[in-house]
Amino acid sequence: MAEFDITSKTRDGMGPHGTQVGLLRVLGPAHVWALGVGIVLVGEYMGWNFAVGKGGAYAALIACWLAGILYTCVAMIDSEVTSTVAAAGGQYTQAKHIVGPLMAFNVGLYLVFAYTMLEAANAITAGYLISQVAALTGYEGELNQKPFIVLSILFLAWLNYRGVLATLTFNLVITAIAFTAIIILFLSTSGVLGGSMMQHKALFEGAAALPYGWIGVLAAMHFGLWYYLGIEGTTQAAEEVRSPARALPFGTLAGIMTLLIAATLTWYICTGLIPWEFLGDGTNGSVAPLFDAARLTGSQPLVVLLGVGTLFATLASANGCINDASRAWFSLGRDKYLPGWFGAVHPKYRTPYRSIVFLVPIALAFALGAPLDQVITFSILSGLLGYTFMPINMILFRRKWPMDSIKRGYEHPFHPLPSIVLLTLCAVTFFAVFLGYGTQLVAMIVFYIVASLWFHFWRYRFVARAAQFTMPWPRPKGY
Amino acid sequence: MSFWNLMEYAAWGLSAVFGLYIVIDWLKTDATYDEEVLTSSREGELEAMVEERHG
Repeated sequence: MAEFDITSKTRDGMGPHGTQVGLLRVLGPAHVWALGVGIVLVGEYMGWNFAVGKGGAYAALIACWLAGILYTCVAMIDSEVTSTVAAAGGQYTQAKHIVGPLMAFNVGLYLVFAYTMLEAANAITAGYLISQVAALTGYEGELNQKPFIVLSILFLAWLNYRGVLATLTFNLVITAIAFTAIIILFLSTSGVLGGSMMQHKALFEGAAALPYGWIGVLAAMHFGLWYYLGIEGTTQAAEEVRSPARALPFGTLAGIMTLLIAATLTWYICTGLIPWEFLGDGTNGSVAPLFDAARLTGSQPLVVLLGVGTLFATLASANGCINDASRAWFSLGRDKYLPGWFGAVHPKYRTPYRSIVFLVPIALAFALGAPLDQVITFSILSGLLGYTFMPINMILFRRKWPMDSIKRGYEHPFHPLPSIVLLTLCAVTFFAVFLGYGTQLVAMIVFYIVASLWFHFWRYRFVARAAQFTMPWPRPKGY
Repeated sequence: MSFWNLMEYAAWGLSAVFGLYIVIDWLKTDATYDEEVLTSSREGELEAMVEERHG
C-alpha cells in the first residue's frame, strides 16, 4: 500500500491541471551543471584526439574553439527557451510549442537516440577501462568486459529509477573529481607547480602542427564536437529544478564555461606531451590521452588520479544520458506521441520509471552488440540534427513571442547573431561529417524520414492535440 | 580463481541484483496504483500555479 496520500494537493509537482503524481522539483543550479558537464566531460578524456589525427595539433585547437563558439550559441539559445518552456523533454517540448508536432517528434527521437547511443558507448568504454586496470595490475588472461558493461548500465539505471536528487548529486561529485583531475594535471605539468614538462616547440616542428593544411581543419571539425557534445542535456532537468528561470541558465552557462576551460587545458596538456601521430590515433594509439599524458609524467599519484578521472567521467556521462533519454521518452509518451503508458511517474520515487526501464534493454543491446565507432557516429549525427533545429526554433520563438509578450528567465544577447553562427557552423560540420561518414549520414536521414512518415500517417491520430499545450502563454503573434 | 575472475562473477551478481530490484519494484508499483494516477502528470503545472496565484 502507499505510504502517503498521493492525491494530496499540498505535495509539490502537483497542480491545477490534475497532476496527482508529477516529477519532483528538488534540483538546483549545481545539479544542472553536473548533468550538462557530466555528460560531456568524457569527451575531454577520450575521443577529441581523433581531431589531431584528422588535421594535426593546430587543427584540433581551431576545431576546439570553433565548436566552442557553436556550443556557446547552443547554451545561450537553450537557456532562453528552456527557462521559458520549463518542462521535461527539453528541445522536444520547445519544438512542440514553437514549431509543430512533426518537428517535435523528430527532435524527441534525435534526443533519445543521441543519449541512448552515448550511454551504450560509455558503458563499452567503462568495460574497456576496467580491463585496462586489470592488465595494469598484472592480470595475464583476457578479462571478460561484458559483466562490467552490464553492471555499469544496470547500476546507473537503478540509481535513476530511485530518484533524481541522488542521481544528480552522484553526478555532481564524480564530475567535480574528474574536472579537478584535469586542473591538477595542468598545474603539475605546465610549470605552475614545479618545472614545466611541456614540449610544444619540439612536437610542433615542421608540418606536425598542421600536416594537411586547412582541409585538415575542416575534417577535424567533426571531432571538435566531442569537447562539448551533450551540454544541451541540461534542458531535460527543466521540470525537476526548484527555480527553472534561475537554475537552468545559471547551470547551463556555468557548464559551457567549465567545458571551454577543460577543453583548452586538455588540448594544451596532451599536445605538449604526446607526439601528434600517437595522440591522433584514438584506436591503436592514445585511447585515453589525459591518462596517457599522466603516465608520461612518471608520477604514480597523477596516473591513479587521471585513471579515476577517466572512469568517473565515463560513468557521469552514462548516468546523465540515462536521465536525459528517459525524460525525452517520458515526454513523448505523456503527449501520446508514443504510447501513453510511457508517461507514468513513480509515485514514491517520482521518476519516469517505465521510460527508464524500457530504455535499459535497448542500451544493453547496443553496448553488447554494436561496434563502438558506429554507435558514437549515430549519436553525434542525431545530436547534430538537433543543433540544426535550435537556431530555427530560436528565430521562430522570438518572432512568435517577442520580448515583451512572455516573461523569460534569461534573454540571450545579440539575437539573431548566435542563431546565424550556429546554423553556419552546423552546415560546416555536416559537410565535414559527409566527407568522413557519408553513408551513415544518408542512412540516418532515411531512417528519420521513414519515422516521420509513420508519425504523420499513423501515430498522430493518437496524439492528445489540445492537452499537449498546457503552458499559460498568450497567442503567438500573427495567429 | 584469481581476483579478476571473482570480480567478473561479482559484476554479474550485482547486475542481477540491480536488475531484479528494478523489475520487482516496477511490477509491484503497477499492481498497487491506478493507471490514471500513474499517468496523471501534465507539463506546465508550475507555470499554471504561478498564473493562478497572480490571476
